[in-house]
Amino acid sequence: MQYLTNIGAYFLMIAEMFRKPTKWSVMRILIFKDIDDLIIGSLGIVSFISFFVGGVVTIQTALNISNPLIPKYLVGFATRQSVILEFAPTFISIIMAGKVGSFITSSIGTMRVTEQIDALEVMGINAINYLVFPKFIALMLYPFVISIAMFLGVLGGMAACVYGGFSTLEDYIIGVQTDFIPFHVIYAFIKTFVFAFLLATIPSFYGYYMKGGALEVGKASTTSFVWTSVMIILLNYILTSMLLS
Amino acid sequence: MIEVKDIEKSFGEAHILKGISTSFEKGKTSLVIGQSGSGKTVFLKCLLGLFTPEAGTISYDGKIYSKLTDDEKRNLRAEMGMVFQGSALFDSMTIAENVMFPLRMFTKQSRSEMEDRVDFVLKRVNLIDAHHKMPSEASGGMQKRVAIARAIVNNPKYLFCDEPNSGLDPKTAMVIDNLIQEITDEYNITTVINSHDMNSVMEIGEKIVFLKDGYKAWEGSNKNIFKTDNEAVTNFVYSSELFKKVRKMYIEENE
Repeated sequence: MQYLTNIGAYFLMIAEMFRKPTKWSVMRILIFKDIDDLIIGSLGIVSFISFFVGGVVTIQTALNISNPLIPKYLVGFATRQSVILEFAPTFISIIMAGKVGSFITSSIGTMRVTEQIDALEVMGINAINYLVFPKFIALMLYPFVISIAMFLGVLGGMAACVYGGFSTLEDYIIGVQTDFIPFHVIYAFIKTFVFAFLLATIPSFYGYYMKGGALEVGKASTTSFVWTSVMIILLNYILTSMLLS
Repeated sequence: MIEVKDIEKSFGEAHILKGISTSFEKGKTSLVIGQSGSGKTVFLKCLLGLFTPEAGTISYDGKIYSKLTDDEKRNLRAEMGMVFQGSALFDSMTIAENVMFPLRMFTKQSRSEMEDRVDFVLKRVNLIDAHHKMPSEASGGMQKRVAIARAIVNNPKYLFCDEPNSGLDPKTAMVIDNLIQEITDEYNITTVINSHDMNSVMEIGEKIVFLKDGYKAWEGSNKNIFKTDNEAVTNFVYSSELFKKVRKMYIEENE
């Protein structure tokens, strides 16, 4: 029963997010601040992880191809497919659920605990619009982060492949270009937009409706990470079935 | 003026407010007192519109809150100032930005007009060189004064304070009490304070409403609280030996 109540409250929060908009001059500053916190602030960790995981995917693929009849360029092909289809949009989103999601939940939750949200409401401000909408808009730039993750993943794979001696640069590049289907990139970005929406709203929901003190802020961050991850995995399955099957 | 008629509020099985009626006049500092759990905070949150009572009405200068449209409620809330128990300053903003916040949200003033107004109210609460400090760098007393400055910056008609001097030393608490009373007189605001600080009750309680177990057990002023023989009030207000002595001296002096 509590799950149903939470699902209902979540959708009501989303509806409320678009009502009674905050003054644009204030909202603009909030959006830029959230772009800085959520998008620019994530580029470092996303770049680092993407580059090295791309490298690991390449090494794993190369080490598991022992049959001499399988062409060497398959390493580049497999790396590209893994990075574009799953690693960049889904794996990075799970990481972002931890980094960005817990930041959103804890910052909004702390505002709840310290009565800052009550202060907004007393002033007649739509606190959900004020707090959640800028995060939602900022995370619409999330595909930009994923583009960088895709590029660096493939680049990391290339570096591992060439410097690890698994194949030549030419083979790797041929593999990356082989059987390229542009729709796969569109599919990845469709998923990314959906995940961006989840990353903005689920952690905000757990922060906004939390009750209690500092300990509960920590618990709410953990719960929000778990549910954001669950929803990303679930919707990843549904979207993949719908778009690629 | 705020008029409260027969308001009731429950949370599940817990019946918190049980038919409270009272009024708070313009230009007067009114205190709501009572033990912890007596319903003071719920009562204040009902006045602020954060909680909706199940029965009864609350009217602000004749306008019944429950009958207002959403826009009218929002406009009314823009006329309210609130000082929270923990100050509730926005910790991502400087002190000046905190005070400027209601102006940015609700007025079309230019940046320089807003800065002038912020300078004026910060001076009014005796904070002169604190503009660029973050709330975390300010002491408890300073944070309360910033909260008061933020509450009055947009010239509110109604000022609500939830235990404004809790956690402060007696001298700072007195400064805060006096500041609230001066501002109430100066701007002719309807001020309602939740408190269980007996010094505040004696010093600034032009009207006192005593709540007990969700009922209004007594109401009067700081003058006649000395004379009342209401058992609930005397057990609460004069629970310490010091206040018993103060009361005795007051009665002897006035006989």
